[in-house]
Amino acid sequence: MGARRQDYAIVFAALGDETRLALVARLSDGRPASISQLTDAQTTRRSKLTRQAITKHLRVLERARIVHRARAGRESLFELDLKAIDELSEYLALVSARWDQTLGRIKAFVEE
Amino acid sequence: MANDRIEKQIELKAPISRVWRALTDYREFGEWFRVKLEGPFVAGKTAGGYITWPGYEHLRMEVVVQKIEPEWLFSYTWHPYALDPKVDYSKETPTLVEFTLEKSANGANGTLLKVTESGFDKIPSERRLEAFRMNENGWAQQMKNIESYVAERQ
Repeated sequence: MGARRQDYAIVFAALGDETRLALVARLSDGRPASISQLTDAQTTRRSKLTRQAITKHLRVLERARIVHRARAGRESLFELDLKAIDELSEYLALVSARWDQTLGRIKAFVEE
Repeated sequence: MANDRIEKQIELKAPISRVWRALTDYREFGEWFRVKLEGPFVAGKTAGGYITWPGYEHLRMEVVVQKIEPEWLFSYTWHPYALDPKVDYSKETPTLVEFTLEKSANGANGTLLKVTESGFDKIPSERRLEAFRMNENGWAQQMKNIESYVAERQ
């Protein structure tokens, strides 16, 4: 559990950034994208980010194993790494956390 | 914990009758579950309404009430995280949620509330991914909340 918690900490730290969350959202349809495509996608948002900045953010996501890189000819394509997520235990952890929050709310509600 | 179910329990400093009302009165249920249900819980019937959780107000949730055994058992089936309006979830096997109430062992007019949600082994894997994505949106929302909280206090 200790190691697991540490894994989560790394993942959440990596996601704790608006640009990186946007990159994850962009990749969450399952289609791999190149750095140029990801840079363009970000440019349409309110601030313009350079290719170098996007590359740096992608590296953080890669280290947290949220995305991985696949080669396509000369280009690197990035895709969301769903192996870890696509496990029943991960899903149950999510639902379990949601029940903890829900039970916390009923407690506050009936004890007030 | 068997891997097709989630079991939780919590001690509540309130009598069983109070907790029962919070569980089975649809307005009270909506207060803490964060959903604006449109009608009461009736065994065998569907109860539904829009979610009141910030950021998800455009989404509906629906439960099919299974059992209402006064001051002891309330259960329903539903599709957890089944929130994409474009997807028809009706062919998927729902999970079963059961709330049971007992007098707290510590006496003092308290209640032990247990919740079991079972049947997760039947949930398709793409639905699990969807749940993860939704949670991610939840995190994004949470970060916005923190951001505005901090901004207000500068």
